[in-house]
Amino acid sequence: MNSYLLAILQGSVLTIGVSLLALLVSIVLGLIGAAAKLSGRPVLVALATLYTTVIRGIPDLVVMLLVFYGGTIGLNNLLEWLGTDITVDINPFLAGVMTLGFIYGAYMVETFRGAILSIPKGQAEAAWAFGMGRVQTFVRITAPQMVRYALPGFTNNWLVLIKSTALVSLIGLKEMTYLAKQASAATRSPFVFFMFTAALFLIYTTVSLYALRKLNARFSRGIKRGTL
Amino acid sequence: MNWDVIFEAKNLELFWTGILTTLGLLFSSLGVGAVLALLFALLLTGPWAAARWIVGSYTYVIRGTPLLIQVYMIYYGLGQLEWIQARWDTVWPWTHFKEPFFCALLAFSLNTAGYTAEMLAGAIRETNAGEIEAAQAYGMSRFQVMLRIVLPSAMRRTLPAYSNEVVMMLQSTSLASAVPSLIDVTGAASRIYSDYYLPFEAYLAAAAIYLVATFCLIGVFRLAERHFLAHLAPRKA
Amino acid sequence: MKKLLLVLALGSLCTLTFAQGKDLKVAIDPTYEPFTFKTADGKPTGFDVDIASALCEQIKRKCVFVEQVWDSMIPGLMAKKYDVIISSMSITEDRLKQIDFTDKYYNTPSRVVMKKEVKYTGPASIKGKKVGVLKASTQEKYALGELKTAGVEVVSYEAQDQVYLDIKAGRLDGTVADYVEVTGGFLEKPEGKDFELKGEELYMPKYFGTGAGIGLRKGEAALKGELSAAIKALRGNGKYKTINDKYFAKYKLDVYGK
Repeated sequence: MNSYLLAILQGSVLTIGVSLLALLVSIVLGLIGAAAKLSGRPVLVALATLYTTVIRGIPDLVVMLLVFYGGTIGLNNLLEWLGTDITVDINPFLAGVMTLGFIYGAYMVETFRGAILSIPKGQAEAAWAFGMGRVQTFVRITAPQMVRYALPGFTNNWLVLIKSTALVSLIGLKEMTYLAKQASAATRSPFVFFMFTAALFLIYTTVSLYALRKLNARFSRGIKRGTL
Repeated sequence: MNWDVIFEAKNLELFWTGILTTLGLLFSSLGVGAVLALLFALLLTGPWAAARWIVGSYTYVIRGTPLLIQVYMIYYGLGQLEWIQARWDTVWPWTHFKEPFFCALLAFSLNTAGYTAEMLAGAIRETNAGEIEAAQAYGMSRFQVMLRIVLPSAMRRTLPAYSNEVVMMLQSTSLASAVPSLIDVTGAASRIYSDYYLPFEAYLAAAAIYLVATFCLIGVFRLAERHFLAHLAPRKA
Repeated sequence: MKKLLLVLALGSLCTLTFAQGKDLKVAIDPTYEPFTFKTADGKPTGFDVDIASALCEQIKRKCVFVEQVWDSMIPGLMAKKYDVIISSMSITEDRLKQIDFTDKYYNTPSRVVMKKEVKYTGPASIKGKKVGVLKASTQEKYALGELKTAGVEVVSYEAQDQVYLDIKAGRLDGTVADYVEVTGGFLEKPEGKDFELKGEELYMPKYFGTGAGIGLRKGEAALKGELSAAIKALRGNGKYKTINDKYFAKYKLDVYGK
């Protein structure tokens, strides 16, 4: 019994790994998508809107199965067509990170877009008047303020992302949920293992909430809030 | 790509069964979940500290653990408990735990109840203090204030967030395929994939079905918002 | 354009793993005690695993075991996630349409398993009962072909040990499974004490094929020849008997069968 629990604990490392890497991918995609949507150019806006609408309209699981099963076959067919006989294998970890990053990138687009829109336009204009380039403006003026506005939505997306890592077990990644299921079938006592895994997830979400609350406090220094 | 396989009668039937299961799960769990959510929201904003604490921990756990684990717990975990096993051949409510559909329904209902309760409780707390004072000045009891003033406006304010929750619940029903023998749209696609080795066709068909369903749901909610939140709409020029 | 795509694909390769080389990637489904299962610390073990290791020794390659869910065994093989399947996969005509098999390395019949009190005289006698089977297995084919048509409810599961979990939970009345597997993986355990084998041994080739072989992709004649020869060698030099006895001496059975 104990070695199964230990295995699940080791699986939690994979869970944390997948979620953090997927978060990184989703932040990058979110920023790119938000920039595209705010750019005003019709092609970019249309592409970004297509991305967010389609992804939010399909279950995470279906996207994951498409990328994992379809992606490997597609990539191998592509390589065959190109004439090489190298074969590749998209392992579940990579499929999970890419898929989760791709899906939550769509949600981040909306979060970042809303956050950027909340910053008074005058600030960016003043920065340009000073002669700052686009990138400088973004890094020094927009981004620090955007973080504060984006944090509630970002926290929400992050918490949902953590929980979606459980889905990666369904494509065979040996993270907590997969190992819990296997252990429960082998020992015929599911309750213990699923409770344990649920507790680990709860610890993960609690720690995240605490860390993000601290982050919120840091970025809200000096902001006056009305007293109720 | 070999789309003819998807359009074979046998497979279309499989998808149809899947659609019926998905929609059945969606609407029944939303229904049960909504009733539970109302109850929980009232307890969360009520005067009894113990109730607030209990329901608060419940929503905390539901929102902090993955739905997949909740489904596994109810299907496998509860089925393991001797107490339930002894009763589920004969005693009424427990007979349902044998059925996979019921277990999935219970898991989804409890999940949506947890999220919706928090949304509704937040909306209740944000009710304009002046309205409540006015109602109390009229001499309405606590129950009457809730029923006539607070709840109608709180439910309206929850509508946009609730529409999000309904769409998320539709996507979450795809987890029903993790319960053995439950064939929803994703389960049907997985079946076709493992029978014919056509991942793209099977899962793209499933994705298309979900997209259509999502758009319909969003459309319905937009109409509902136009009706119930008409007072918040921007002025027509 | 072709060059660009090649560069892109190769670029993505630095994060992907190659699937060729001296290692032999072997797919197993470790939920099938005593043929393929995992010890508590996660090490694959069982008859299939030991035979695979012995074969690898024989053909002088290193075995790397890859876990795979049973119903995507063949798609995974075709997607080149691994090179061979050594996981009690029966050689059937349907499967031969997709992949190739070496000669068999064992052959055991399947049996119906029900509670002791149930009087079994054929598929019709268990009409209305719920029977669990492994998705995409030969037993599932048999159940859907013979039992479902007689009015038995057939439920397909992702893994055989999940069938046992639901039998224990009372959701199923029985199963159709490989005789040795169900004995070692269920009947000999505490939860199997009220169950027993029913009916006669099921050998029908139309459902169950001609024994378990090693699955490979079509077009790998060299590997197929090597492995078939290695199986013969193991039968000849006594290693097969050692592995057989390690798991099955208590049944006085040579799983190589007829």
